[in-house]
Amino acid sequence: MSGQDLVSDQGLRVDGRRANELRQIRVRMGVFGQSDGSAYLEQGNTKVLAAVYGPHQPRGGGRGGNRSGTGIINCQYSMAVFSFSAGERKKRPRGDRKTQETSLQLRRAIEAIVQVELYPRSQIDVFVEVLQSDGSDYCAAVNAATLALIDAGIPIKDYSVGCTATIASMGASEEVDSKDETGSGTGIVDANHMEECTGATTLTVVALPGAPGSNYESDTDNSGLVVVAQGTGARLHLSRLEGLRQRALQGCRDTRVILDQAVRFHLTTHDPHFI
Amino acid sequence: MANTLLSLAEKTFIVHGVDDNYRTDGRNRSEYRPMEVETKVLPHTSGSARLRLANTDILVGVKAEVDTPYPDNPNEGKLEFFVDCSANATPAFEGKGGDNLGTEISNTLTLAYQSSHVLDLTTLCILPQQKCWKLYVDVLILQCDGNLFDAVALAVKAALYSAQIPKVTTATLDGGKADIQLSDDPFDCVKLDVGSFPVLVTLCKNFTFIQIGENCVVDPTSEEEECSAASIVVAVMPNGRITSVVKTGYGSLQPSTLVKTLELAKDIGIKLNAGIMNALKEEDELGSQREIFGFLK
Repeated sequence: MSGQDLVSDQGLRVDGRRANELRQIRVRMGVFGQSDGSAYLEQGNTKVLAAVYGPHQPRGGGRGGNRSGTGIINCQYSMAVFSFSAGERKKRPRGDRKTQETSLQLRRAIEAIVQVELYPRSQIDVFVEVLQSDGSDYCAAVNAATLALIDAGIPIKDYSVGCTATIASMGASEEVDSKDETGSGTGIVDANHMEECTGATTLTVVALPGAPGSNYESDTDNSGLVVVAQGTGARLHLSRLEGLRQRALQGCRDTRVILDQAVRFHLTTHDPHFI
Repeated sequence: MANTLLSLAEKTFIVHGVDDNYRTDGRNRSEYRPMEVETKVLPHTSGSARLRLANTDILVGVKAEVDTPYPDNPNEGKLEFFVDCSANATPAFEGKGGDNLGTEISNTLTLAYQSSHVLDLTTLCILPQQKCWKLYVDVLILQCDGNLFDAVALAVKAALYSAQIPKVTTATLDGGKADIQLSDDPFDCVKLDVGSFPVLVTLCKNFTFIQIGENCVVDPTSEEEECSAASIVVAVMPNGRITSVVKTGYGSLQPSTLVKTLELAKDIGIKLNAGIMNALKEEDELGSQREIFGFLK
């Protein structure tokens, strides 16, 4: 397996996963007593805490509050200074360009699912803290934030689920005949830090995968609305995009099933009246 | 913490309870709330601990880095504290909202650990004037329910107890340039001697209505903190020595009360130190194969 390849000849990745295999997801909801909703989520070694406060009256009277007919979503994404796995230490937990941009992206992902029209003149705070970062941090943050919103009892339209698909930079710039692609897509799903660092091209997708329904079995069709899509790394040939998107969406659907199970488990163990 | 709103009647109730040595949660004045501590929760750091004191939740990560010593202390390593108040604790900490509190706590910790009786920084030196260890102690406050100082100091002590610094196998000066090599075996590590590390004891004084009262309260809840005008944060070493005294809040104290308070803080500090060391030893006895719960419990 050369340095450029993400998948070995045997079809295995550096951590022994298959190309379309997610890392182990472990979830706990309601970790904090004081916030209105909270969740802790592990995707492999990426560990994230999310807390939700609200809906409440907007703070910062100087800005005139929120006079609009819909609620506002306020997000903050911050990374603990000891979160990097690779030994070095982060200078500041938040306020730098990268975390500010991620905060904004997180807001987009949350705004897509919260029914803001139910909360005029109000504000909902979503705070995410990355405790350990090992690739796909933003996706873990979105997933944890969704669970925290559910824990807070805020009505949502669907799960907002993030997933990445990564393709080695060697193949990314070559044209493929798009008719060859049959549904399952290309690239590897849910990359860890080591795979992200190989100079590969990563497509990050936040989607609303929809409940597993009639069209779920035939996942070749394009069910699932994409809310946030972001590419990083080297350039990507346009013909590769469709395959990568399909792979990421499949990852989102798989993640949704796991998150949904976790929510149902949480509700049944904590609420005896739940059937 | 920042959003504890109390009416006058509630404050009176709390203060009268303190006067009768029977607080709102049933404790007496010198009793701590139950706490939980777990070390090595962050496998990618040199040492880490998570401490929960009622709803106060603290996560500490220690990272060791090779650095150059300060020119005026060429034989000493470095120890740096950083306290980050996460917005997860309260929305008031969003953005730069928690910076003041974070700086206050990290300054208090720095003061407490400054004495050479506590941590001999020369043990962290690798090659004088050339190389030394720099320990970054990063505290993350995830939730606050009063008594942050004590909880942070206990968590820091636990994290430093679990910290493992790689062993230096060779350290030579080659033509004025330092050349050091660390042990290849990740289990070949040096542990810090936490035997003299202090804990902080906060004593809440001067309850708003009782101007002359001498009652002080240990381990205040956030409601009790709201009623108090001044508190004293005392750093107590396991042998009862006091390394630093910091007064927080706007109230003032009589010198005679201060002396009595320090006596009380000393007694409590000794017990607290013994308690945390017992808990850490007990955890050690579970061996390296123990399951790490972290936030999943």
